[in-house]
Amino acid sequence: MFEHQLSRRRFIVETARTASGVALLGVGLGLYTKESKSLPVYALRPPGVKSEDDFLSACIRCGLCVRDCPYDILKLSKLAEPVALGTPYFEARKIPCEMCEDIPCVKACPTGALDKGLTNIDDARMGLAVIVDQETCLNYLGLRCDVCHRICPLINEAITLEPRHNQRSGKHTLFIPVVHSDKCTGCGKCERGCVLEEAAIKVLPLDLAKGELGHHYRLGWEEKEKAGESLVTPDIEHKYNLPEGLRYEHDGKGLLKDSR
Amino acid sequence: MAAKLPEEVGKEAVLVKGWWRANKWLLLRRASQLLVIALFLTGPLLGEGYWIAKGNLTSSLTFDILPLTDPYILLQSFFAGHEIISQALIGAVIVTVFYFLVGGRVFCSWVCPVNIVTDTADGLRRKFNIKGGARFSRNLRYWVLAMTLIIAVISGSIAWELINPVSILQRSIIFGFGYAGLVILAIFIFDLLLSRQGWCGHLCPVGAFYSLLGRISLIRVSAANRENCDDCMDCFLVCPEKQVIKPALKGAEQGAGPVIMDKNCTNCGRCIDVCAKNVFKFSNRFNNDMLMNESKKEEVAP
Repeated sequence: MFEHQLSRRRFIVETARTASGVALLGVGLGLYTKESKSLPVYALRPPGVKSEDDFLSACIRCGLCVRDCPYDILKLSKLAEPVALGTPYFEARKIPCEMCEDIPCVKACPTGALDKGLTNIDDARMGLAVIVDQETCLNYLGLRCDVCHRICPLINEAITLEPRHNQRSGKHTLFIPVVHSDKCTGCGKCERGCVLEEAAIKVLPLDLAKGELGHHYRLGWEEKEKAGESLVTPDIEHKYNLPEGLRYEHDGKGLLKDSR
Repeated sequence: MAAKLPEEVGKEAVLVKGWWRANKWLLLRRASQLLVIALFLTGPLLGEGYWIAKGNLTSSLTFDILPLTDPYILLQSFFAGHEIISQALIGAVIVTVFYFLVGGRVFCSWVCPVNIVTDTADGLRRKFNIKGGARFSRNLRYWVLAMTLIIAVISGSIAWELINPVSILQRSIIFGFGYAGLVILAIFIFDLLLSRQGWCGHLCPVGAFYSLLGRISLIRVSAANRENCDDCMDCFLVCPEKQVIKPALKGAEQGAGPVIMDKNCTNCGRCIDVCAKNVFKFSNRFNNDMLMNESKKEEVAP
């Protein structure tokens, strides 16, 4: 039992053995940790999560958000589920977020993994709804399903219906559901409500659902408005080289023959 | 008196003190461990109005007022780069102060449900006289502890919680099992066949963390009547951290006091239970009369 007589050599070997054993475990754990950050697309985080990286440094898996969710929407990930073990998530198609005004899950979170700065649930960005299949969406087919639009807690803001000509019938209107990313909270009600066997509208993680303009891009019409005038050489008035005796009236009359 | 067969451990104490007194602290510990978990299940089982403790052992809210947070997981979160907010910090301070007083590893023996699994494995080892297996340094856990913090820094994520059997078991009982039984079975088999007290006594970084928390804690087991010791070895055989006993029990000649000062004593009280001579009792660190030049030496790798 009394190891203080250990020879130096044995001590070094033992230490090296322990250190490398633990280091091996560490490498394995590190790699697994990296893998655990790949949240599957169907798993949505509660409101107030800034990014998956940020969340996994803060969530201590206590489940207080789960307990305080009045609709039992959130659940903690269990072993063999592809969500980082013990962290809360929900699946929109099974049961979507009800967007409580007092946001009890955020209040319950002891660590700020769900950001306390989120006080208005309309500012939540749990994901972004996307019409993933225009071939099966009933409104795209020309029917008036409208369920995703009607069920949206931010109706006419997060999802609007935009009329478009129905090419197939030639005489009807399509009411195309359009999601607006500046309003959509990603609550998942539309995905839950979609009447199809497999939802044609799905809430996707923001980084997957959104494109991003090149940072050097400037939209000409916006810049023009900001500047109050065209930023490129002003348009010169169009001139026609018409035969003598003819002129062009821009106010609608068109080509005129000068009366003699 | 020579050392006896492991399966006879504690029989003498039962004869002398009766079964209840010879298992008093064990029963109290089991009651405590089950009660703690039960408090978290009051809501789901009895209904929303009777919810005593919400959350789980990593962080909880009791009677909607008392916040408790595991300081170890909060430390990992801090190392992972997350800013600690007051709500969690208050809970962690309360827990830290508590274990600072009663002994850090009291968490292991009085709260942690994994202890029931590993104690059972150790009991079966004695019963069926299973010997041998892999031997690790008792200090291995501190290496693992350091590793969990380093990985937290590198990965920016609370990495250990992905595989921590301690939180897997307690969370599974409270929030639903899934495959968690397999992890617990693995720990059980590991302790039963592969290494004696391998998990709690050698590997677990949670226990390692709490041992550091309780390094100078107040409540201690004392071999107050050590002159009565008849060398039956029962306490050594049941102790999950048997290295902690000797300096106190056999240290009289070296001038060491009778109080077990080692940070890894879990205050489980099993030595008090199994001793037929009533050598041990709960005491505090200041009752260490004979403290003259207490050996500061710690155990190194065997």
